[in-house]
Amino acid sequence: MVDSINISLFKVNHSMYKYNDTDQTLLNERVVQFREQTQRYLRGEIGEDQYRILRLMNGVYVQIHAPLLRVAGPYGLLSTAQVRKLASIARDYDKGYAHITTRQNIQFNWPALERVPDILEELASVQMHAIQTSGNCLRNTTSDHLAGVCTDELEDPRPYCEIIRQWTTLHPEFAYLPRKFKIAVSGSAQDRAATQFHDIGVHLVTNQAGEVGFRILVGGGLGRTPVIAKEIKPFLEKQHLLSYLEAILRVYNLHGRRDNKYKARIKILVKETGIEKIAEMVETEWQQIKDELELSFERIAEVQAHFTAPNYLSLDNADLTTDLQNPAFARWYKNNTQAHRVSGYRSIFVSLKAPDSPPGDITDSQLDAVADLADKYSFGLVRLTHRQNMVLADIEQSKLFELWQQLDALSLATANIGTVTDMICCPGLDFCGLANAGSIGIAKEINQALEDLDYQEDIGELKLNISGCMNGCAHQSVGHIGILGVDKKGVEWYQVTIGGSSENEAVIGERIGRSVTKEEITPVIMTIIDVYLKRRLEDETFLNTVKRIGSSPFKEKVYANH
Amino acid sequence: MPIIKDKQLIEDSWDFIADNAPITTGNISISIERWQAEKQTLINREGLLGLRLNSATDVAEIIADLANFQLIEVDFPVFGDGRAFTQAKLLRSRYGYQGEIRAVGHFMRDQVCYLSKVGVNAFNPADWQDLAGAITSLDDFSVSYQQ
Repeated sequence: MVDSINISLFKVNHSMYKYNDTDQTLLNERVVQFREQTQRYLRGEIGEDQYRILRLMNGVYVQIHAPLLRVAGPYGLLSTAQVRKLASIARDYDKGYAHITTRQNIQFNWPALERVPDILEELASVQMHAIQTSGNCLRNTTSDHLAGVCTDELEDPRPYCEIIRQWTTLHPEFAYLPRKFKIAVSGSAQDRAATQFHDIGVHLVTNQAGEVGFRILVGGGLGRTPVIAKEIKPFLEKQHLLSYLEAILRVYNLHGRRDNKYKARIKILVKETGIEKIAEMVETEWQQIKDELELSFERIAEVQAHFTAPNYLSLDNADLTTDLQNPAFARWYKNNTQAHRVSGYRSIFVSLKAPDSPPGDITDSQLDAVADLADKYSFGLVRLTHRQNMVLADIEQSKLFELWQQLDALSLATANIGTVTDMICCPGLDFCGLANAGSIGIAKEINQALEDLDYQEDIGELKLNISGCMNGCAHQSVGHIGILGVDKKGVEWYQVTIGGSSENEAVIGERIGRSVTKEEITPVIMTIIDVYLKRRLEDETFLNTVKRIGSSPFKEKVYANH
Repeated sequence: MPIIKDKQLIEDSWDFIADNAPITTGNISISIERWQAEKQTLINREGLLGLRLNSATDVAEIIADLANFQLIEVDFPVFGDGRAFTQAKLLRSRYGYQGEIRAVGHFMRDQVCYLSKVGVNAFNPADWQDLAGAITSLDDFSVSYQQ
């Protein structure tokens, strides 16, 4: 057990939340509780149904081959000590790899159930856990993977994510909700956290008086019934963040449907009740609690102090002309790096989408290597993205070339971020007990069909998402191209949608027609890309072309021969 | 039958009277429907009175009557139905109910700690017996992020 906080694991200047004694005590007690629950189950003292609820609330699913353990990546931010711990868990308890999820979490596919409590104890030693990463409860709060470093940010959302993380953790009133509940926070002009597809989306905004507060969205979600969230509060003063969230959750806990799990998410409550009525119910509840659950400015400042900027050097932007003469580096620079708010720096993506590897997977040795690189080049922090990649946020521009060389040697520099091979993909029929169809195999096949890098580059920005069932874990309904696996009499079929987006202009993709077979799906995707390339105007992205010409030209071509 | 009240094992002194059964003497608990139908008779009888809420009951609707009850029972039709948590929270925190709030029905031992944090102080589970274990579980967490 972890007796005290292991400060040496965290450099003092780490720009992240560091646990105090209360945080650590709570985590340790949760590990003890889960160990005891698991022992009672293994002794036959708790039934399968009851243990199922208990294990889910601690991120343990039972899948086709083995339990799956989902570890929380709080708003996607990890220290290198934490990344190394994940590497050692992958090595010691799993088959040497981990998987990054679309909600900035980390999954292990092969742990033994009786060893999960030991894994949790290991995680607790680096201030990590699997609390509420599954089940009908408040889930991990997600955010912008470029928070604090991007150029379009009003305010760093991470302190608010941490405040929400604490408030949601083991909340006694809201542990048995009608269904799962996901919150995302964004502080930037461009929404990189898919906030419009969360149960609650929180946006930092400025009101007419110039004060910064929150715009609150409610009732968004993907899965079987994709719905774009609606605005419930145009402007909420900062001190009321938690009371307003509590009011929404209380209304949902009491009024959300419990008779049908497919109609139990808050999106259905909002749809069936109407946003005006829900807003009124929340407002009435909120008025009664807003003064007793106030978030003080001292408290906000205290959490913000954990996220102060690292010690940036005073640098001019570097001249990379010589480096950029290397075409492979130039391609990586273009696709896998992002402007930084501090001169002389850039943020870089570590691509977990190498053509020969399942999307989002990373091996134990790669995890260790990324930790080493983050220590050397990026102030000891690693971020996880909702498109299943990693980010090293604070790289000196003059070091980009040497960093790229090292990432390339690790197969982590595939220059495909934002392109068609940067696919979001669920585990599918290979691992998941819910899946109707394979997804990893389809991703691999599409990768092979797109092996010509110049062709990929020509296609440009295109988000392709592949889910193996209606639950839509890979967000296929908001993919520019979405592929959904369905089961027809024991055979794998695939439905294709186009034109979806989870960013500012949120759109749910449109089905182009009847589903196609496993043999047809890759040619169908190639046909769609081909129609785009033929019909696009100069520099027009795939999404904009679909917007302009509609889905008919794609349908006609795809189904021309049938 | 023993139950847990205020972290102690005690003998239960209450009887829940089903809607179709005759009212008895002693301490009884009745449904909200029966309360609404037979309010005056129930107030005039000897013995203490308790009220069993459905998980769908809107707590706000019984506020005017709260003073009549020494016991309020919050019910779990299934352990995953979490409405009782909010009902208890509102009774204690918003409406200042001081009497016994008792969880009944199909809740789990693993829920008693959270239930105690929202104001439940007595536990009468329908389908398990390890009350001593449940008393231990009341102290699963010594710290909390919520007020």
